[in-house]
Amino acid sequence: MSDPVVWNAQPRRPAWGVRTPRRKTLATQAPILRAPPPARVTIPLVGGAGTSAQPVVVPGQSLHCGQPVATPTAAGHPCIHASIAGRVKDIGLYPVAGSAQPVPCIVIERSERETFWDGYPVQPEASSLPAAEIRRQIAAAGIVGLGGALFPTAAKLDSAGQAPLLLLNGAECEAYISCDDMLLREHAERVVAGGRILSAAIGAELCVIAIKTDMPEARRALLDAMEAAADPRMVISTVTAKYPAGGERQLIELVFGREVPAGGRPADIGIICQNVGTAAAVADFFLDGRPLISRIVTVTGGGIATPCNIEARIGTSVADLVQLAGGYAGAPERLIMGGPMMGIALADDELPISAATNCVIAATAGELGEAPAELPCIRCGLCVEACPAALMPQELLTAVRDENTARLESLGISECIECGACDYSCPSHIPLTAQFHAGKRLLANAQLSRRQASIARARFEARNRRLADENRAQPENPPDADALQTLLARTRPRTPERPD
Amino acid sequence: MVLGAGLLTALAMVIGILLARASAALQVDDESGIERINALLPQTQCGQCGYPGCRPYAEALLQGTAGTDQCPPGGESTARALARLLGSRGPQRMPVAPAAGIAVIDEPACIGCARCIEVCPVDAIIGAAQFSHTVIAADCTGCELCIPVCPVDCIRLDPLPGHSTQPAPA
Repeated sequence: MSDPVVWNAQPRRPAWGVRTPRRKTLATQAPILRAPPPARVTIPLVGGAGTSAQPVVVPGQSLHCGQPVATPTAAGHPCIHASIAGRVKDIGLYPVAGSAQPVPCIVIERSERETFWDGYPVQPEASSLPAAEIRRQIAAAGIVGLGGALFPTAAKLDSAGQAPLLLLNGAECEAYISCDDMLLREHAERVVAGGRILSAAIGAELCVIAIKTDMPEARRALLDAMEAAADPRMVISTVTAKYPAGGERQLIELVFGREVPAGGRPADIGIICQNVGTAAAVADFFLDGRPLISRIVTVTGGGIATPCNIEARIGTSVADLVQLAGGYAGAPERLIMGGPMMGIALADDELPISAATNCVIAATAGELGEAPAELPCIRCGLCVEACPAALMPQELLTAVRDENTARLESLGISECIECGACDYSCPSHIPLTAQFHAGKRLLANAQLSRRQASIARARFEARNRRLADENRAQPENPPDADALQTLLARTRPRTPERPD
Repeated sequence: MVLGAGLLTALAMVIGILLARASAALQVDDESGIERINALLPQTQCGQCGYPGCRPYAEALLQGTAGTDQCPPGGESTARALARLLGSRGPQRMPVAPAAGIAVIDEPACIGCARCIEVCPVDAIIGAAQFSHTVIAADCTGCELCIPVCPVDCIRLDPLPGHSTQPAPA
C-alpha cells in the first residue's frame, strides 16, 4: 500500500460470475473519433425509469446545438437538448431500439453552420457551489445515467442520505465494450472533475473510482489526473474482470464488501453509484456549459471495417456510426445495440442511438457462437454458482414454466438483473434469462390483478351498502298501504306478456 | 382393578374436557372463514359462479353448497387454491380463465338508457338517463354483466391495459 490513492489493493474474488472472451482491444487501437454532426438526428423523448419530456419547440423552428427542446413532464424527469444545430423536421412517433411500440421523438435536420446555444454559464468553481444548487443544475442539464439505465442523475443524487460515499463505475464488464475505458484513457481529468462536483452535490466524504484489473492505461491516466487534482477524498479501486462485475450491486459488493438489500437501492446503505461517463457529462456541463448532447459509443465487431470508439451526438442513426467506422466489412450477420450478453438485436441500422447506447456490434456468422438446441435441465447447479444476485435459476425456470407467481415472488425473481450469466454457464443451453424476463412480467400482472381485486372488492361492498341504504330510505311497502293491494301489485307482471 | 378403571375414567374425562375446549377455541367462525375464501377470489363480481358476487360465492363454499370449480375468471390457480384451503381434492375439470378485459362504451352509439349503470357490480359506469355513459377504466373488472343488457350493443370488451399479453418464450 505505497500509493495512498489506491484503495482496496487486493481485489476481492467473487464466487459468482462467468469469464467470457473479452475482445475489447478491437476498438481500443485508435483514439476516440469525434464525429461531425450528422445530417439528421432522431432524439427520443422518453428515458429510463418511465421518465418522459414534453416538446417546447415546433416543426420548422431553427435550433442551436445544445438548446433545450423538451422540458420534464414531472419532477425528477430530465430535460432534453438539441444535439445538433438545425431545423426541427418533425415531432412524432418513431421506432427506437428496445421498444416494441414507436416512441415520441424530435427529428432535427442539420443546418449549414453549427451554432451553439449559450444559455448555460461556465462555472469553473462548481464544486464549491451549495449542494442543492448543483443538484438543481444537474436536473436542468438533462443529465441521466450513461451506464445504460438512463436513470435521471439528479433524482439519484436527491435520494442520498447523510454523509454518503460516491462510487464512480468504470468497470465495464461486457465483452467488446470499451467506451468507459477510452473515456478514462483520454479524459480522466474530466471524470475526476465530474466526480468532485458530484461529491459536492451529495456531501460525499469519499469518492471511489472503480476500474477493472485489465485496464492499465486507464489506471495510469486516472492516477495522473488525481495527482493533478490533489483531492485527498478521491481514491481508485481495482476490481476483477469477471462478468458482471460492473453491475451496480455487484460492484458495490466488490468495492465495499457490502450488499445492497433486496428490493432496496444503494442509497439505503449510504452509497451513490454513477457511471464514469455520467461524471464526465457533469464536468462538461459545469466547466464548458455543454448539456448532455453526445456520448461515446464503441462501434465494433468482426463486421466493422475499422472498429473504434466514437463520440457521437445523441439521436445519430446506427448506420451513420457504422459509416464513420469505415462501413461494414465481410458479411455481418447480426447487429446488436449494447454488449453481447445484455444487448438488444437490431432489425435494421436506421434506428437512432440514445444516451444509453454504449456499444454497437456488427457480428459475423459464428462470431458470438451459435445457440445450440436446448436440452433438459440436468440440475448441475452451475447457474446457481454463476448468478451474481444469489438466485436459483433452475428453480425459477420451473416456477416460470408453471406460471407459479407465488413461487416466483418467494424465489426473488425481482432481484434478477438479467445479466445472462446463467445462460452462459448452462451446459444444456437453456435460455434462462429470456424466461425470467417473461416471469417478471407474469409476476407484475399477478400483482396488478391483486391490487385491482382489492379495489373492486371495496367498490362492490360500497355498492351493496348504498343499495341497502336506498332500500331503507324508500321502503317498497308504505306502512299505511293495503297489504293485499301491495301483494297483488307484486304478482302482476310489469308489462303485459307478448305472444311469441 | 377399581383403581385402573377409575384412572382411565378420570383420564377420559380430562381428555374429553380438553377436546371440548379445543373444539370451541379452534372453531373457525363463519366470518373469518368467508374472509379467507373471499381473499382468494378474483373480485370480478361477474356472477358466473351462479352467485351474485364473490362474497356470496365464498359463503356458499363455506357451507359446502358450491364447488371449487365455479369461478371461470379465477381459472385453474384459483380453483386449486380454494381446494387447498377447503381441504378438498380439487375439481376434476379445471375452469379455464378467459383473457382479462375491460368494458368500453362506444359513446356516440350510446342512447343513455342507464341499464348498464344498474347492473355494474362495482359502480364503474358513470352517466345518467338521456346522457352518454362511460366506463371508469381503472375500476372495471371486466365482468361483462353490462354487455347483454345494452339495447344497442354499444359495449365491447377490450384487452386489459397494463397487463402485458406477450407470451413467454417456449
